[in-house]
Amino acid sequence: MERKVCVFICSGCGISEAFDVSKVEEASKEATPRPAVVKVDPCLCGDDGFLAMSKVIEEEKPTHVVIGACSQRLFQDRFSWNGVFVERVNLREHCAWSHEPQDVGTLELAQDLMRMGIAKCGKAEMPEPHVEEPSETVLVIGGGISGMTAALYAADAGYGVVLVEKDDKLGGFARNIYKTYPSAPPYDKVAENPVSGLIERCETNPRIKVLLGTTIDEISGAPGKFSVKAGGKEFMVGAIVVATGFRPYDIKKLTHLGGGVLPDVVGSDKFEEMLMKGDVRRPSDGREVKKVAFIQCAGSRDKEHLPYCSGTCCLTSLKQANLFVNSGEDKEAYIVYKDIRTPAQHERFYEAMQNDPRIMLAEGTVKGVMKSDGVVRVEVENSPTLTNMQIDADLVVLALGKVPNSDGPILNLTYRKGKELPTLKYGFPDSNFICFPYETERTGIYTCGCVRQPMDMASCMEDAAGAAMKAIQCIYATSRGAAVHPRAWDMSFPEFFLQRCTQCKRCTEECPFGTLDEDAKGTPMPNPTRCRRCGVCMGACPERIVSFKDYSVQIISDMIKAIHVPEEFEEKPRYVGFICENDAYPALDLAGLNHLKYSPLVRFIPVRCLGSVNRVWIADALSRGIDGVLLIGCKFGDDYQCHFIKGSELCNKRMENVQEDLNRLALERERIKLVQLAINDYQKLPQIVNEFVESVNALGMNPYKGF
Amino acid sequence: MKGEICVIGGGMSGITTALEAAESGAKVYLVEAGWSLGGRIAGLARYFPKMCPPTCGLEINYRRLKRNPNILVYTGADVVDVTKDGGRFEVAIRKRPRFVNSRCTACGECVNVCPVERVSDFDYGLKKTKAIYLPHAMAYPFIYAIDMQACKGNECSKCVQACKYGAIDLGEREETFKIKVSSIVVATGFTPYDASKLQNMGFGKYEDVITNLMMERLLAEDGPTNGKLLRPSDMTPPKRIVFVQCAGSRDRNHLPYCSAVCCGGTLKEALIAREQVPDAQITIFYIDRRVMGRNEDVLAKVEADANTKFVRGKAVKVEKGANGLVVEAEDTKTGQKLRTEADLVVLAVGLVPNTSNLPAMVKQNLDEFGFVLSSNGIYGAGCVSAPQVVATCMQQATGAALKALVWGSKAL
Repeated sequence: MERKVCVFICSGCGISEAFDVSKVEEASKEATPRPAVVKVDPCLCGDDGFLAMSKVIEEEKPTHVVIGACSQRLFQDRFSWNGVFVERVNLREHCAWSHEPQDVGTLELAQDLMRMGIAKCGKAEMPEPHVEEPSETVLVIGGGISGMTAALYAADAGYGVVLVEKDDKLGGFARNIYKTYPSAPPYDKVAENPVSGLIERCETNPRIKVLLGTTIDEISGAPGKFSVKAGGKEFMVGAIVVATGFRPYDIKKLTHLGGGVLPDVVGSDKFEEMLMKGDVRRPSDGREVKKVAFIQCAGSRDKEHLPYCSGTCCLTSLKQANLFVNSGEDKEAYIVYKDIRTPAQHERFYEAMQNDPRIMLAEGTVKGVMKSDGVVRVEVENSPTLTNMQIDADLVVLALGKVPNSDGPILNLTYRKGKELPTLKYGFPDSNFICFPYETERTGIYTCGCVRQPMDMASCMEDAAGAAMKAIQCIYATSRGAAVHPRAWDMSFPEFFLQRCTQCKRCTEECPFGTLDEDAKGTPMPNPTRCRRCGVCMGACPERIVSFKDYSVQIISDMIKAIHVPEEFEEKPRYVGFICENDAYPALDLAGLNHLKYSPLVRFIPVRCLGSVNRVWIADALSRGIDGVLLIGCKFGDDYQCHFIKGSELCNKRMENVQEDLNRLALERERIKLVQLAINDYQKLPQIVNEFVESVNALGMNPYKGF
Repeated sequence: MKGEICVIGGGMSGITTALEAAESGAKVYLVEAGWSLGGRIAGLARYFPKMCPPTCGLEINYRRLKRNPNILVYTGADVVDVTKDGGRFEVAIRKRPRFVNSRCTACGECVNVCPVERVSDFDYGLKKTKAIYLPHAMAYPFIYAIDMQACKGNECSKCVQACKYGAIDLGEREETFKIKVSSIVVATGFTPYDASKLQNMGFGKYEDVITNLMMERLLAEDGPTNGKLLRPSDMTPPKRIVFVQCAGSRDRNHLPYCSAVCCGGTLKEALIAREQVPDAQITIFYIDRRVMGRNEDVLAKVEADANTKFVRGKAVKVEKGANGLVVEAEDTKTGQKLRTEADLVVLAVGLVPNTSNLPAMVKQNLDEFGFVLSSNGIYGAGCVSAPQVVATCMQQATGAALKALVWGSKAL
């Protein structure tokens, strides 16, 4: 279809007070590609303005519409027409509201912003979704509480499930749990273990196929069409849930507490087994145990062992103490702790145990555990002023933390980026994002239960519901060609012009999600359903062969070329700013909302992620006489905020390589600057922008103007 | 998955349930009583342990919301009744008048002419706004609202005259309508415990005795002090800060349960306070320090701080001394009674679930503390279900979406 562009400019909300809109209209009329129509309206979002705009669109039937008005974050549903590419140009928050009204700089900025928005329409197209018919089966790896619950939820939702368990029976660690602490009212009594009920339901559910004594040999493919080889069978699944659980911390590493050294010092897992048998006796001499001492945080919250807290050991010890003292006459339990962590309604259970005179709680640090005359002596320091306490017990139980079973092989992916899910801190294949707990680094593969984070059985079951939801959602998104979180609306996908590929492998290496596999030569093999549409591959490619229909190297280059760069003698510097849509763009909006003013010399170009910024854009900008480039994106580093894991970090690294381009052009390195910003930092924006402009102005004009 | 669910409550939990369900194919009605989505977390300065701002996740979710035609959002809306209709629920909704409609462009001209000020509940009384105001920096929808209790109404009408877009209608009436859904998710969140009920702790008596959520507003960049930690009484940086944990929690006379997030909250606030006032003396009175999982990291950071002292003991009294406020507490490790001077006292109060305004059918299943228990077709998500950190709320909200959809698919 023939390209046709209609341009609408809103003069409301203070825009006409900030600059002469007729001059912006003029500039738009002369832009490239030449618009068929340019109309100004005092209020495009108002009933009259919107009606007028809709009428023009109905009559003109444009392929592209450019709206110069408020932020693209507003009126998204309103300003959209079926099949029409809409480009929003921010003349309000990023222009009229944040610069001096009636200043020539403000007008020139508005003109350039419109030229850039119109230029985008030169090559941008509406994306055509890459639709696949996905498998409606979910693979669950791990048949413990978490895995079984995820399987049951998925089955209940109408999906087929293959539940793979490496042991010869279902149940996982929970098989060795006698009773559990309460998660339901009245919260004060020990509760039944739900595992046997879950096993029965899984074994009898017609949609769940259980493969026991099985591990995964290989998984290839992508969301919607993972090809799984396991236990001599081969089958397709749409999404995967990893629920491989945990193992207790190795007690033999806790020699300072008698672990692995004294026979009557046992782990909480062993003690649970003893309670289940019903007869608690000392391992050394078989004598009946009358007095138990629990040591909390044994090898947890400890830099030498597990630095994190497993969250469940306090309640577990309280439960075990309760079971123990009720298992016979004259039984006593001591619990030595640093902090008792019984959050929320669990406080009720703690209260009930505190009220039991047979259970004694002592806060303090364990100084030593030693054999002493037929007992085990625990020495506790609980006050800087009093002498240490000594507890003589028949048996000492070390409350052991949870180590995730994340060290493979679990998935055996044939991905170029690796066989297993990357883990975060401490070995947990968790999400880095507090707000998005299921967002792993591999699309379509989710984790739940203790492999994701240490948690109790009730929480495992909740977590499994969450992971099952995400697995189902992924299958649905695949059937529509849509991306999964965070760009859940995005129907575009990257296309590779492989004829020009030089097999440099930058894209296959740098894709944060392992979307690209490689053939023997190193040519990328894209898997569109793995793709999160961030464009990091596009930013990586030195040959510029990667593009999206609505977002490409060429499209942004055209925007840069549309900027009007005054001749050197006019002494009007010009800058380009690449702003990440996730944090930087909204921050600029907030700065505008608060009428914070800054230099009008920077032309901001929104990008999906700083990771999608291609080096050629910098070179293009500089060789045209643009004086400097500012890049504003999300935080990277240990506690990264970048939603595409390494996007902004890669951009930062690439900017160091851009030094070559600068050297070639004999330009100073200070002309490029990358800034990490979060939305709430918006008040810093004027300083950030102004300091950048001032520091580069001091270097003098870019000598390439007018070339 | 097909189905229609009603999510009551548009904080982060409600938003998450709505998104996860809608992105799986369902239709969602998201009903929020306030004027904006975002709930309590929109007022927080940071999340622990990452020390990241809530705006990031909110923005991403807003983006997903805006692009999803399957979600209908109602603000200023209450669920007034729920009745069973065969296998489904009929939900009656009352939309209160905002007096500002969707023509509002957030240009802010009305604020310039409004003659009335009112106390901002979003800032827990630390700030005033005009009677016509933008709910907060991350407001969704991004339009103003009028506090009719403060507004002078038709006898003033200055905002109506100033508005170029016809967005203000002082005569707007409430609307009621009904929807039919297959399941309901309750995500109405919490209200902080009323600290004035804590006798002897000086809240309401001394300006510089504040709650943890008020502290967040003082530390938030969009707060009353633009993110600068300043004492409410004289706008100077506090040099001696005392945090009182379990203020009215784990206490038979107030909230018997533990609110799970206050320990982490205080540790986070202590770290931000440290950044702002490098030489401040910080004292934290606690019973247990409850930061589980990877949240332990934030405790490790604060323990490494030379000028922060942890004292195991409950603070029992706050009074005025010669040199500022004085906090009385017992150090349980030494048995000593302490009198600690402070410029700012932060009471870490607990979370009370918001269930009192829910219709009978929805709140029929509460535990003894008032938290929602999930049952057939009605599921709890977030802090209305149990006091929990944001990450766990998100987990539960995602799961609640599936539970609601599965129930719905059976009911259909």
